Amino acid sequence: MPASPETGAAGIALLIAHLDVRFGTGEGAVHAVRDTSFTVRRGESFGLVGESGSGKSTVLRAIAGLARGWTGRIAVDGKDLGPNRTKAFYETVQMVFQDPYGSLHPRHTVDRTLSEPAKIHGIKDIGPRVEALLRDVGLGPEFRFRYPHQLSGGQRQRVAIARALMLEPRILLLDEPTSALDVSVQAEILNLLQRLKREHGLTYILVSHDLAVIAHMCDRLAVMNAGRIVEEMDVEQLRRSEPQHNYTRQLLNASLGYDRETADTLLTFD
Amino acid sequence: MTDGSDASSVRGLGVWLTSETPSSPLQARCIQIYLGWLGLARNPLAMLGLAIVVALILAAIFAPLIAPYDPIAQDLQRRLLPPGTPGNLLGTDELGRDILSRLLYGARITLYVVALVVVTAPVFGLLIGTVAGYAGGWVDTVLMRFTDVFLAFPRLVLALAFVAALGPGIGNAVLAIALTSWPPYARIARAETLTIRNTDFISAIRLQGASPLRIVVGHVMPLCLSSVIVRVTLDMAGIILTAAGLGFLGLGAQPPLPEWGAMISTGRLYILDQWWVATMPGLAIFTVSLGFNLLGDGLRDALDPRSGR
Repeated sequence: MPASPETGAAGIALLIAHLDVRFGTGEGAVHAVRDTSFTVRRGESFGLVGESGSGKSTVLRAIAGLARGWTGRIAVDGKDLGPNRTKAFYETVQMVFQDPYGSLHPRHTVDRTLSEPAKIHGIKDIGPRVEALLRDVGLGPEFRFRYPHQLSGGQRQRVAIARALMLEPRILLLDEPTSALDVSVQAEILNLLQRLKREHGLTYILVSHDLAVIAHMCDRLAVMNAGRIVEEMDVEQLRRSEPQHNYTRQLLNASLGYDRETADTLLTFD
Repeated sequence: MTDGSDASSVRGLGVWLTSETPSSPLQARCIQIYLGWLGLARNPLAMLGLAIVVALILAAIFAPLIAPYDPIAQDLQRRLLPPGTPGNLLGTDELGRDILSRLLYGARITLYVVALVVVTAPVFGLLIGTVAGYAGGWVDTVLMRFTDVFLAFPRLVLALAFVAALGPGIGNAVLAIALTSWPPYARIARAETLTIRNTDFISAIRLQGASPLRIVVGHVMPLCLSSVIVRVTLDMAGIILTAAGLGFLGLGAQPPLPEWGAMISTGRLYILDQWWVATMPGLAIFTVSLGFNLLGDGLRDALDPRSGR
């Protein structure tokens, strides 16, 4: 029986349909994500681009179950998610956070940070697995018993990536994984993510405000502004600078660097 | 074992403690403790405080060996002798008991009070505060209003009420102090928890399916612990003073126990002519309180990253 594109059993890893996320109630409520829909195929890298506050990170947090109060549909591997996440979900979807200085527990060694998910899920042979993963992300065994403050930003982000891979997920949510790092380290981390994707057969959903990062990493992307997806395109269109929507054009111009003329022409879209 | 191998094993320990690449969780933890100790050791006032506290502990442990007399043995022939009298270094009180011996044995009572309060109040406060802060919502409201109720009681007055209801004695005094001293710890722990609960590392562990219990005990509490430890050390002086105050009012330790506050209370009768009877225990309380305060200040500088070093 062929799977219908809507329920998408076969090729579709993640389906988001008519997602709305609101924070707060009454007058002060913030409508962070409005009627957002997209699908991500298995093995694909899907980019979400937009300026700060456009709701792109909130989409990831809603998928991960960290943002409450969403409505609409989120389906992973064809199975719809409810408000609470199950252990099976955590074994399928993991997340890498933006700030490697804030995403590792300051009082836990690398070893503890990496072994804890395995302990929670009752996985055996934790020690060898920790060492193998450290090697996989390019850190030697000498890093195993260090504390985060003994690591550089790039090394911390490698640990955070290793932690996300500890449960062998199939989908990785990447929330601006390189924006807190300096440029040379950014490239290393992006290349590491590319290699891990090939070796582990991962599906990426990458959030970034950096079009260059998206162009380097992704197959398709969606541009978000003020909580809505204004345009979906594949990366070839982006490389050829053929955006359809005015906002995307403006984002592209802004990414070319700052100049006063462009800055004066910036518009607010809603 | 020869001296040479001793020296090399000490050097080996130094290398082990300063290694950049620890090879076991134990070593990693020892290195952290060692580094914290180095930070504390740089502060001379904190070391003075630590010395006083260690001296208090040693005095309490070895009181029977150091004390020249039995603390409750009376000798009415030798009552109210001034300090410096041969055989009675700090003089004797109104019943001819040696004040030095009583102070040394009194250290046991002081330490007993401090130890009992320390193993109850901060633990309870930490638990209430972290659970309230992490759970939020109605759990937070209920627990914090409960804390407010206890916070609203004046400490000494509640202690008085307790002792009046349950009868005087050192155990009831400890209970009263513990019951009135946990709310500040709960408040500190909750405030810390509120800043911790929304950090990415807590989100990350939630995303790995950790239970709230695991998160609170394994991830939130260790971060609240240092500020609570600092606060406890600084509160020690207050605890000692409250215990002494209850003793002074006759509601804490009962005679003939050599409790410092009770000793001041009886010395009060002779304060104009035989000043040393009240002054010596007063000095002891002063010194020990100062020691705990200095140590607490030093610990805050060493443990609290926000103190700006």
